[in-house]
Amino acid sequence: MSTDTTETVDVKGQNCPMPVIKTKGAFDDLVAGETLEVVATDSGSMSDIKGWAESTDDAELLDQKEATENGEAVYRHYVQKTE
Amino acid sequence: MSTDTPRGSDAELSTEETAELLKRIEELETEVADLRTEVDEDSNKMVIIATKGTLDMAYPPLILASTAAAFGYDVTVFHTFWGLEILHEENSKDLKLSSVGNPNMPVPNVIAALPGMDRMTTRMMRGKIAGNDVASVEELIETSLDQGVDLQACQMTIDLLGYDEDDFYDGVTTGVGAASAFQEMEDADIQLLV
Repeated sequence: MSTDTTETVDVKGQNCPMPVIKTKGAFDDLVAGETLEVVATDSGSMSDIKGWAESTDDAELLDQKEATENGEAVYRHYVQKTE
Repeated sequence: MSTDTPRGSDAELSTEETAELLKRIEELETEVADLRTEVDEDSNKMVIIATKGTLDMAYPPLILASTAAAFGYDVTVFHTFWGLEILHEENSKDLKLSSVGNPNMPVPNVIAALPGMDRMTTRMMRGKIAGNDVASVEELIETSLDQGVDLQACQMTIDLLGYDEDDFYDGVTTGVGAASAFQEMEDADIQLLV
């Protein structure tokens, strides 16, 4: 994997709005420079987490990946705390 | 003197006038900086007035409230009339869907009006909610409260519907009315009636 992550939050099997809420909860525990990986199965999380990161001053969305794992679509998001 | 006095194009400013204008610019810059600090310090705020108590209408206020909290908003949801059902610990687990008057239902109104139809459509909806990984109303209430969302139950409708303050989830604010809701809406960036 290209992105070094500090923490991973697994929200597989959870639909809107939980991926964003769990992301925010885990993100608050990071310190500047650390990166959170969010693993979701909700396809809406691609747009939702992007929107959340854009509106959150100290969050930068480094990458979003979509892959098929064990026959289901999995969306991975990498959010860095910038300050 | 007034700074917007019309002048001829050949007019020149005296030293005193220039000094006065520079002073004025400095004052305005300070004022802008102060206002900017004030705006930055004021966190964003959203108020939702929740008035409906059916299963489908319980979701929009709770989803928006918890999402706004994740965006760093201070959120208040003022529940009034049937919106109280969402905060009622017992009733919230048994919210129903109306099959009559809902054109999205797969059955015509004459059939939807038969006894037991609401129970059937509600069961169908609950099945879909669970099957699509959508959180339950109870989970969304707990999540919202954990995030610091202020869930308020309108005192007038508590009395009107004969409820007791203990009937509501722990953490729900009671003893509030239209004036406090209005005051919060006045300060809010987003106000919604659901």
